[in-house]
Amino acid sequence: MDNRLNDNISEVIDKIERVRQHRRNKFYLRDQHITLSHGSGGKATHNLIEGIFAPAFSNPLLDTMDDAAIFPINGTGQRLAFTTDTFVVNPLFFPGGDIGKLAVHGTVNDLAVSGAEPLYLSSSFILEEGFPIEDLRRIVTSMAEAAAGAGVTIVTGDTKVVERGKADGLFINTAGVGIMRMNWPMGQLQARPGDKILISGTLGDHGIAVMLAREALDIETNTVSDTAPLNSLVASLIAAVGEGIHCLKDPTRGGLATSLNEIAIASEVGIALDERLIPVHSDVRGACEILGLDALTIANEGKLLAVVAPETAKTTLETMRAHPLGRDAALIGEVRAEPPAMVFLRTELGGTRVLDMLVGDPLPRIC
Amino acid sequence: MKYVDEYRDAAVAQRLVKEIERLSGGQPMQIMEVCGGHTHTIYKHGIEDLLPSNIELVHGPGCPVCVLPMGRIDDAIAIAKTDGVIFTTFGDMMRVPGSQGSLLDAKAEGADVRFVYSPLDALKIARENPDREVVFFAIGFETTAPSTAVTLLRAQADGIKNFSVFCNHVMIIPAMKAILDSPDLRLHGFIGPGHVSMVIGMRPYNFVAADYGKPVVIAGFEPLDIIQSAYQIVVQLSEGRAEVENQYSRVVRPEGNTRALQVMARTMELRPFFEWRGLGFITHSALKLRREYAAWDAELRYEAPGLRVADPKACQCGEVLKGVIKPWECRVFGTACTPETPIGTCMVSPEGACAAYFNYGRYSMASERAEMPEIDLSSIDIKLEDIGK
Repeated sequence: MDNRLNDNISEVIDKIERVRQHRRNKFYLRDQHITLSHGSGGKATHNLIEGIFAPAFSNPLLDTMDDAAIFPINGTGQRLAFTTDTFVVNPLFFPGGDIGKLAVHGTVNDLAVSGAEPLYLSSSFILEEGFPIEDLRRIVTSMAEAAAGAGVTIVTGDTKVVERGKADGLFINTAGVGIMRMNWPMGQLQARPGDKILISGTLGDHGIAVMLAREALDIETNTVSDTAPLNSLVASLIAAVGEGIHCLKDPTRGGLATSLNEIAIASEVGIALDERLIPVHSDVRGACEILGLDALTIANEGKLLAVVAPETAKTTLETMRAHPLGRDAALIGEVRAEPPAMVFLRTELGGTRVLDMLVGDPLPRIC
Repeated sequence: MKYVDEYRDAAVAQRLVKEIERLSGGQPMQIMEVCGGHTHTIYKHGIEDLLPSNIELVHGPGCPVCVLPMGRIDDAIAIAKTDGVIFTTFGDMMRVPGSQGSLLDAKAEGADVRFVYSPLDALKIARENPDREVVFFAIGFETTAPSTAVTLLRAQADGIKNFSVFCNHVMIIPAMKAILDSPDLRLHGFIGPGHVSMVIGMRPYNFVAADYGKPVVIAGFEPLDIIQSAYQIVVQLSEGRAEVENQYSRVVRPEGNTRALQVMARTMELRPFFEWRGLGFITHSALKLRREYAAWDAELRYEAPGLRVADPKACQCGEVLKGVIKPWECRVFGTACTPETPIGTCMVSPEGACAAYFNYGRYSMASERAEMPEIDLSSIDIKLEDIGK
């Protein structure tokens, strides 16, 4: 048997580096069927998008892979942002919200973090035969309230009904357009060494609230979903911080860990976090301890992640904390030149670990 | 968070680390944490990075997901694909690849695979679906075997016939013995598994200290538990002692849990041998259902290939699990075997030793090793205590 060992450390390091580079450039889709992991928002979702959708639809607007596509309106000097999102959350009603509210906030937030003022939404329903009209009424009323609260108008829509058993109650798709309020380059390509990273509040609330509502786990908490429209928070940040904002994201599926890895990969930067600074509600921490989950990989639906120039970090934090949705805002880390495309976490114990993107899906159908 | 924060005090950790550094005097020491739960804590809290560089933690065979051979996963998938079967499993088994894909793939292809949090949930599904056959994929060490046993007793008492158990329970002591018997052993001590010991107690480890002269410290699952256990092992080594100590006395009683052992003995018996991924066949290392429970034994009730699928030749997971080589010393590490295309078990789970090294790789290997600078808060005028908690 060949027992040759990899005994030259620098050779091994080079090898890992080559493979890492390779992984970054090329996504592999090896699966023969869609599995639930492909919906996780983590690595498998990326592989699916890069393996199927991106090559087929490739164009300069799509290829940026930001939360919304941004394009100029002929002759006006203004730009529009356009995005879409589909909602399959189970259960339809959960502490702090329901599928309708989520469907409005999800699309509003994708537009907001792209730097746009959300204006108009569409909403399409796939309904299962037998679905109670009363539930539909509740959901639609909740959508109307959410739209009014976010200052957007639902202006078009569609309805389809499928046979019993072919859909789980109801699914909702929303799309939205907004007008761009920022005229400087912003997005996950724009993080620079030295930038500070801030989060507008506690992490993991939505995912844990939905999970506890769905599974009969008998864990008693006061956790409610954080679903909320982020457009007014973003507007106050734009007004206060301006061009110091380099990237905004709402860390939904895959949580903070996935969003930060996306930024680190896209901008070719390293990200260093301090676990002690990251706000997590104590009930969520407790549920995560019991269930073996990591709050940093769990979905949020009303949290803003901001990467800002260092000299504007203080203003950003103060502006966030002055807003009702940002009372628990915190500075949690910073951008480094090295190591590219990696996120590090300094643990509360004082150790260091790599914070990777979510692999697999601990909680399917969370939004 | 109450009851947790006290086990995560960074200042206490630093003091223990300093003591370990002093007592070990730069001598290289390999300490194996046998349990996968400990490996998880070690990674989650960055403990390897905290310990002095002469202390190496070797990640042992205590992850039940990792040690299950491919052939058993193929069998599970075959049962799951049987008409009318609802196949229930713990969530972390879903992604583990057999020779032809995982349970998650089988589910995508139409098998009714559901994940449950306990075997009693599987029994409940059987009650609710009297016209279907429900199979529970029982995996794990002595920690989970009692709950499988209780479920079997319940199924028997309530006369539930459409329920069966695909039993893959394994035992930690024979695996430790196999590691200790390997000729290329280079371990100095063991961090003993906390939850397993809660069931089996302290006595079964005596041979490790008495016959092999290696200290065992049974540890809890909080980061300070692990560091303190490493400290206790280093103390024993520095004093030339080898004993079984119980760091986790808030949970583990010396005699274990006799009730749990009784229900296990009532429903299960030793297999003559069982294959462990990476370690090969180990005698008397696993449990099967007793003949009295044949009616609930999925192995007897379903057709499964029952084939042994050999681990790929190039794979050196066995040596990694025994601490004989470091993950990156394996021939296929980082080339043929990566987290995306794992060959061996150590690369499969993100907590496997190889996957962890792969992701953390150049930082823990290179001598410039991640002295991560403090996050610099000085450039903005915010005090730590104003931020977060």
